[in-house]
Amino acid sequence: MATAAAHQTASTQTYGTGGAVGDTTAYQSVFDAAVAADERIEPRDWMPDAYRATLVRQIAQHAHSEIIGMQPEANWITRAPSLRRKAILMAKVQDEAGHGLYLYSAAETLGTSRDELLDKLHSGRQKYSSIFNYPTLTWADVGAIGWLVDGAAITNQVPLCRCSYGPYARAMVRICKEESFHQRQGYELLLALSNGTPEQHAMAQDAVDRWWWPSLMMFGPPDDESAHSAQSMAWKIKRHSNDELRQRFVDICVPQAESLGLTLPDPDLRWNEERGHHDFGPIDWTEFKEVLKGNGPCNEQRITQRRRAHDEGAWVREAAAAHAAKHSAAQHTGETGAARA
Amino acid sequence: MTASETASGATVAPTPTPVPAAAALALGDDALVLSHRLGEWAGHAPVLEEEVALANIALDLLGQARVLLSMTGDEDELAYLREERAFRNLQLVEQPNGDFAHTIVRQLYFSTYQHLLYAELAAGDGPFAPLAAKAVKEVAYHRDHAEQWTLRLGDGTEESHERMRRACEALWRFTGEMFRPVEGVEVDGERMESAWLASVGAVLRRATLGVPEGPRSGAWAAGAGRQGLHTESFGRMLAEMQHLHRSHPGASW
Repeated sequence: MATAAAHQTASTQTYGTGGAVGDTTAYQSVFDAAVAADERIEPRDWMPDAYRATLVRQIAQHAHSEIIGMQPEANWITRAPSLRRKAILMAKVQDEAGHGLYLYSAAETLGTSRDELLDKLHSGRQKYSSIFNYPTLTWADVGAIGWLVDGAAITNQVPLCRCSYGPYARAMVRICKEESFHQRQGYELLLALSNGTPEQHAMAQDAVDRWWWPSLMMFGPPDDESAHSAQSMAWKIKRHSNDELRQRFVDICVPQAESLGLTLPDPDLRWNEERGHHDFGPIDWTEFKEVLKGNGPCNEQRITQRRRAHDEGAWVREAAAAHAAKHSAAQHTGETGAARA
Repeated sequence: MTASETASGATVAPTPTPVPAAAALALGDDALVLSHRLGEWAGHAPVLEEEVALANIALDLLGQARVLLSMTGDEDELAYLREERAFRNLQLVEQPNGDFAHTIVRQLYFSTYQHLLYAELAAGDGPFAPLAAKAVKEVAYHRDHAEQWTLRLGDGTEESHERMRRACEALWRFTGEMFRPVEGVEVDGERMESAWLASVGAVLRRATLGVPEGPRSGAWAAGAGRQGLHTESFGRMLAEMQHLHRSHPGASW
């Protein structure tokens, strides 16, 4: 516990004196020791500027992905084919808004604000997951997103529950529980279609054909091209490389696809006895880069809708703020979060 | 004093009360249609907290709709295979979302009514009492949400005040229909109407909005939704809601 105590002292000093430049080395070694000992870094602890910046970027991007990710699924709420499915989908989209809220809060512990982050999203200075730039063309896409996209997200996010930054790790524990539930629901939706009429089965297969490769791209560029990976792993923000997680995901999906009675659209996919893993075909990284650059099928539409919701909601937020200001003192101590937004 | 006791003058028999189909459809369709309208907000709300709140209310209403429709048939057949003229919801709940003020006023008018209605049904021993006992708690939250936003927007900025005023006026004409008798819904419509007017009036006055003066229904609209006579946007809403289900007859999902 010596490390923890020293850690505490260092952070107190930072806040107390502003920390002379010469002290940074001491703080750095306390930070390094805490990370090495698998201790959690907390908001008031000293941390390297680059660590803080990396976390803000990653958590913000994660939060933005939850918010933009509502759109492709919300696209089917009004057309869900049964009341049960409609209820499940509504609950899921609601959860995503909740995840966005957790994550913006986690980012705010690093000294930024939700308004600032949303502004960066709307102006294109911060990104969201490339997967949400693909369109949901049929009902089966809702299932494919649940099974594959949420499945990939979980594979990525479960290790984040042990991330070195405490608020992010704790947010991920809550989020992963709900994500696993969504993933099972997506699988079950596809199973119903696969076992349904020939038209339903074809709809399910078509959705999996369209979502498989974009889901594999969710793990990011290959290890030898991943700019931030080495540093993030040293800081224990990341625990596994992009390619390791992608391989894990493929190995999980292959038997699931079999039990769904659906095929994965990759002629090179086969079990490799020697490696103890599935080999799979090459990913089209040109497509990935184009989507990241803003040239995917829905980039323009997604960001436009987000901006429009924000702009058209401006008068509501202004009204809530004006009302809160008028009635701030006595009676409205229990004002909702919306009133403060 | 419940209607069944008044009518029979004797203790209610231990056999379960048969569900009046017209009543289950009317209340179920109200919840189904309003839930659908709120679902259209997903991804468009003015703040993230409202994404959560509107979806939450929509889910509560959908849950109520499923229980109510299942009392009188198959929920999916009833939701997806009836035509516009067979729906029994109020015209109020089918009104398009409009801006956030319009949605909030629709919520204020309806959730106040629904809260009074379910409180009364929950207190009785009719077939809707068990559902109403659960739903009245959800609806109390919906009503509070609508009232809080009415206060914020009515007494917020000039713009929000003006938007709320327009919404209150525009939807006022649909409020009379809520208190017309529905066969099988054993409540005192007149008493509920005066309680509704008192409550909504008080909220609107606190929100500096004042109470609209126009008619609360017209000869052209008398009891119309409950008779299967709807407004024009409703057919388009149903077309969207039903198209996938109708495209795959007999399929299960």
